[in-house]
Amino acid sequence: MALTGIQIFKMTPKKNCKECGCPTCMAFAMKVAQGALEISKCPYMSDEALAELSEATAPPMKTIKVGTGEGEYTLGGETVLFRHEKTFVSKTRYAVSICTCMDDAAVDAKIAELQKVDYDRIGERMHVEMVYVNYEEGADKDRYVEMVKKAAATGKTLILGCKDPEVAKAALEVCKDGKPVLNGATAANYAAMNDLAKEAGVVLGVCGADLNEIYDTVAALEKAGNKNLVIDATGSSVKEAYANAVQIRRAALKDQDRTFGYPTIVNTAAIAHGDRNLQQALASLFTVKYGSIVVMETLDYAEALPLFGLRQNVFTDPQKPMKVEPGIYALNGADENSLCLTTVDFALTYFVVSGELERSGVPCNLIISDAGGLSVLTAWAAGKLSSTSVATYIKENVEDKVKCRKLVIPGKVAVLKGDIEAKLPGWEVIVAPLEAVQLVKFLKDLTA
Amino acid sequence: MPFNQKPQKFNASINTVEIGCGDKAIKLGGECTFPFYTFDAPMENAPKIGVEVSDLGIASNIPGIQKFYEGASTIGEIAKKAETMEGADFVCLRLEGGDPNGEDKSIDELIEVVKEVAEAVTCPLVVEGCKNVEKDTELLPKVAEVLQGKNALVMSAREENYKAVGAAAGLAYNQKVGAESAVDINLAKQLNVVMTQLGVNGQDIVMNVGSAAVGYGFEYVVSTMDRIKGAALSQNDNMLQMPIITAVADEAWSVKEAMATEEDMPEWGPLEERGISMEVQTAAAVLASGSDAVILKHPQSVATISKMIKELM
Ligand code: SF4
Repeated sequence: MALTGIQIFKMTPKKNCKECGCPTCMAFAMKVAQGALEISKCPYMSDEALAELSEATAPPMKTIKVGTGEGEYTLGGETVLFRHEKTFVSKTRYAVSICTCMDDAAVDAKIAELQKVDYDRIGERMHVEMVYVNYEEGADKDRYVEMVKKAAATGKTLILGCKDPEVAKAALEVCKDGKPVLNGATAANYAAMNDLAKEAGVVLGVCGADLNEIYDTVAALEKAGNKNLVIDATGSSVKEAYANAVQIRRAALKDQDRTFGYPTIVNTAAIAHGDRNLQQALASLFTVKYGSIVVMETLDYAEALPLFGLRQNVFTDPQKPMKVEPGIYALNGADENSLCLTTVDFALTYFVVSGELERSGVPCNLIISDAGGLSVLTAWAAGKLSSTSVATYIKENVEDKVKCRKLVIPGKVAVLKGDIEAKLPGWEVIVAPLEAVQLVKFLKDLTA
Repeated sequence: MPFNQKPQKFNASINTVEIGCGDKAIKLGGECTFPFYTFDAPMENAPKIGVEVSDLGIASNIPGIQKFYEGASTIGEIAKKAETMEGADFVCLRLEGGDPNGEDKSIDELIEVVKEVAEAVTCPLVVEGCKNVEKDTELLPKVAEVLQGKNALVMSAREENYKAVGAAAGLAYNQKVGAESAVDINLAKQLNVVMTQLGVNGQDIVMNVGSAAVGYGFEYVVSTMDRIKGAALSQNDNMLQMPIITAVADEAWSVKEAMATEEDMPEWGPLEERGISMEVQTAAAVLASGSDAVILKHPQSVATISKMIKELM
């Protein structure tokens, strides 16, 4: 919570030496409170005062880093509850779970399977980012450690779901360099778990029977000096998980309750065990509403394609549209003799248009030039889609690669036809229908 | 020191709109919280699920859908089967065959279909046009007329034809009116304003604020719904307090992920699974953003979303 000028003044050395550029310490304190000056401008502030101030001015939700190298992910750091207010900054990350309750063959199969999903969607690599290795009370410690080793060998970032400090210690030994999450601090074991997490230098996950217990445990861990935490919001039912995830996020961002200012884990495998469809419904729900890490029992292509698409949408900057790279996209097995079509680089337009073109089954080259990531009419109005922009792009990037000299332009910019033809000698320019849904019929008629 | 729970109370709520008659009538809306925030206040009515059927019959190449409707051949039989789907609250009849660029069925022919369905089902009925504005302008008022006494929801009045559709469905024949706009809070509000100026009771309007499949510009859907519910509840904007219905099936099953064949995309796995995933995840996401009803088509999607709603209530 913000401090007042008086509160800050009390922390200054009251020397009035003017080294900060202010006539008095009081004047300096007022400026700091307004945010006009940095506290570091006074060279004489005590360390305790600096620590207190940085705490007071800290963001409402901590940014927590897990994993290493390519598998390092940033969680949390959100400042708003709704994406139209400001961009959501840290994407939800997805984990597939394995458990000591599974036999070895099932574990191996799962580990092989979770590595299959790996593809690119608008410049972003989509794959299962984490593996949740669950330890059930009473299971064999050595076997768990073996499972952790196998999971670590995938190169994915791990979450150790383990509440037994002794087992957790052995598991951390073999995987701590990968900066896993140790998810298993409770009201009963938090002191021991805290020591383990600190010693291994990993993020600690806090669990509890209800929000009060979680709250108290987080507070106790903070008091013990650990602020490198995530909160397991799962609870014992779907209803509880949703209530926890929403209330934790809301308390942090709306009510400025910093004890809940941490990223959350939601384990759908625990609350919808064995129900693949319900788990994917919940993965979608918790991507929209406040899950930082979502755990599932499976994440195959069928589940991944919508889920990663949803995430890519939800975590975009509302001010900045998603763009696709300019280039020639060969669809339906097109070659240099296939028909050319062009549209803008706004991702949504690209997806709708390329989807319809694929549906038509007609081989064609979709040519995307830089239009500032705007839709057709907006780009045209802003001068980013013009006869010159289209003609220049085609001359520079297309003419030497494609032999076909027929170009279909968006129906909404039919007015450009004449100008483009004038600027592109040898090309025949054809105007497409106004709506993308009409493309299938249009293309079939055109190539019939 | 326990967690200081601070429920978010609003002095406003979403309108409750009843569709259908008798035992099976359903109530859409009524909530005074964000979606499923039962920790703030109980949710008046659970969001509802409709099963989509089409005048074109079971054109689907999806085994699970074909199997479900096995033995049903007439549209009446299909609709009757649809209402028995586990988790279904209403049936949504789409008159896609009316599209002049498609089958271009005559209005009389389509009205016969509507009659047949209305006679076959006992659950509430939602009827969607063919999406061609001119055709719908003529078709939907007749649909409203033939369904007199059924308290159906007629979808949709749009900016271009709200006068004809709104007047017939909302004024002349006492149905509920769907107001369709294209993923924009201002357009949604504007349509409600002009419809009520026309004399349609705001309490009889259900909004279809548009949708997209997840991955296809879905951020606009989330933000439009977030903002509408925010304005309805925190600013008590009564031109945005109409419940929201979202036609998910149509969007979800027509994107590449739910259409590409297994030969073209072998690593993607079975087409049916992909379609269900797209439908389930899109439905869950629109419900999380504030939709009060979703229209789906695969039995597994309906069962899954029904289960999710029950668990969240
Ligand atoms: S530099 Fe520090 S001590 Fe000197 S006047 Fe400024 S605030 Fe006071």
